[in-house]
Amino acid sequence: MPRLAETEGRLSVALHQAGPIPLAAEFECAAGELLALVGPSGSGKTTLLRAIAGLYRPAAGHIACDGEAWFDADRGLARRPQERRVGIVFQDYALFPHLTARDNVRLALGHVEPGARAARAEQWLARVRLDGLAGRYPAELSGGQRQRVALARALAREPRVLLLDEPFSAVDQVTRRRLQRELALLREAIRIPIVLVTHDLDEAVALADRLCVLHGGRTLQAGAPGELLRHPASPEVARLLDRHNVFWGEVVTVAGQRYLQWGPYRLEVAEGLEAVAEGTRLAWYLPDSDVVLHRRGRPSRGDRENPVSGRVIEMVILGGMASITLGFDHGRETLRFDIATHAARRNGLARGESVTVSLLAGGIHLMPGVDPARVEEST
Amino acid sequence: MDWAALSVSLRLAALTCLVLLPVGLLLGRALARARFRAKPLCEALVALPLVLPPTVLGFYLMMGFGQEAPLGALWQRLTGSGLNFTFTGILLASLVANLPFAVQPVQRAFEAIPPNLREAAWCSGLSPWQTLWRIELPLVWPGLVSALALTFAHTLGEFGVILMVGGAIDGETRTLAIAIYDRVQAFDETGAATMSAMLLAVSFVTIGVVYGLAGRRRWRHG
Repeated sequence: MPRLAETEGRLSVALHQAGPIPLAAEFECAAGELLALVGPSGSGKTTLLRAIAGLYRPAAGHIACDGEAWFDADRGLARRPQERRVGIVFQDYALFPHLTARDNVRLALGHVEPGARAARAEQWLARVRLDGLAGRYPAELSGGQRQRVALARALAREPRVLLLDEPFSAVDQVTRRRLQRELALLREAIRIPIVLVTHDLDEAVALADRLCVLHGGRTLQAGAPGELLRHPASPEVARLLDRHNVFWGEVVTVAGQRYLQWGPYRLEVAEGLEAVAEGTRLAWYLPDSDVVLHRRGRPSRGDRENPVSGRVIEMVILGGMASITLGFDHGRETLRFDIATHAARRNGLARGESVTVSLLAGGIHLMPGVDPARVEEST
Repeated sequence: MDWAALSVSLRLAALTCLVLLPVGLLLGRALARARFRAKPLCEALVALPLVLPPTVLGFYLMMGFGQEAPLGALWQRLTGSGLNFTFTGILLASLVANLPFAVQPVQRAFEAIPPNLREAAWCSGLSPWQTLWRIELPLVWPGLVSALALTFAHTLGEFGVILMVGGAIDGETRTLAIAIYDRVQAFDETGAATMSAMLLAVSFVTIGVVYGLAGRRRWRHG
């Protein structure tokens, strides 16, 4: 029976257990797609990767790749790591220290006929730009070169899924950039699911087609990076993605029109308000790109859109950008946004100054269905 | 020069190494990897011969090898001969006395292998046996060699335990170390000096060869 194009090469994971490491994770990764698992330390990212590789056996759930079951707790099926055809790059690379780069790669070529292994190992090393270094031992290679050997070894297995566990965390910034670029290029050549575990959000956003946010072993939300950063599903996701501007408001109706009441301000919202019952208290989020600073003494037309006034309680200048935090009289919530440092200076922004900004109605993202008591406690 | 004593010493050392090699590997690997409640107890038992005075260890072994003890009686029933004052007896005693030397360096070497190296091997398609053979054994090789060197040298020099269990029967249980003591007792200092020099030379050459074997590698742990 021909496989459906949809499932071809696809990795699907659904794992559950109460302990010792709690898991409630479900995600999929299509062939050719790079999925980044992001979350703080201890969120279960590496455990999930190990479960996919067959190095960790959870209590319940299933893992399938390319239509083939690798793990199915209900049927008592758990394929050994050797049977899964997984390419994995460990955080510390786990190269075999007593073998040269060539032999490290050659060891993963068990599926190739013995006579052809040496040449094939050389080819893989050339592919990660390590030609000429095949005879070196891991201790004789730099961090970046070791990472490349580990990648070549993972790919030499001709895996059906590539797993990368914080692969760039042990190298310096310059090497990291270069390796990330090479991974982006390599992706075009290999059409398999790639799962990247990282705690570096910038790295995840730059490399991944989709992000999957994890906390305490739970997958909270998955989606394209841009979508997640604009529309986090909950205050928790926003916090994990380092988004600051999460507030609490109430749905009100004035003259037949729905508004979001935030302290003394009656905010217009482009979409989503109609679906929420009047009087509902809900969390809302605004990307800092949708905060527009009013220029002093030069009002413009946009100034009428959700103007709010606050006081600068913090101004941090990092190179060309200034991060401004506003406090308000009506509560402890703060609004944060970035503007060019020269623009901050031109507008006379300084600690203690009063400032008016517009909160763009199109950017306001409502997060109904979240229990305020639970979240407010955790934030 | 007591050539018979030299032969007994070398045979004893070689056989002790031969038997303890697989024992050290299995036990060392098991202790390095296993996590169980009684592990400290097992480790203490293995290390006990190290801290016990040789005469005390020899005394217990002598008692255990006797006809009245279960082990001695069993041996008598199986082979028709006793263990005390025989080469087999001193070999068994030597195995017990050298257990820590054979196990501990191997255990440390296995402990030094990062666990994800084994996992990387499995994910590269290697079976557990291939992983042991191609990854673990080469990595513990220096530990194994030093275990063998220590065992060999310690057996050559062992005195108290051997004397308690084996006495000094010519060609059977009199080792070079005991022969030297006998020579000194008999005021034959020249004989003692010759044999001491011989023991020194054999020990030095053995250890030299063994360390040469262990040290000849370009790689190191990264």
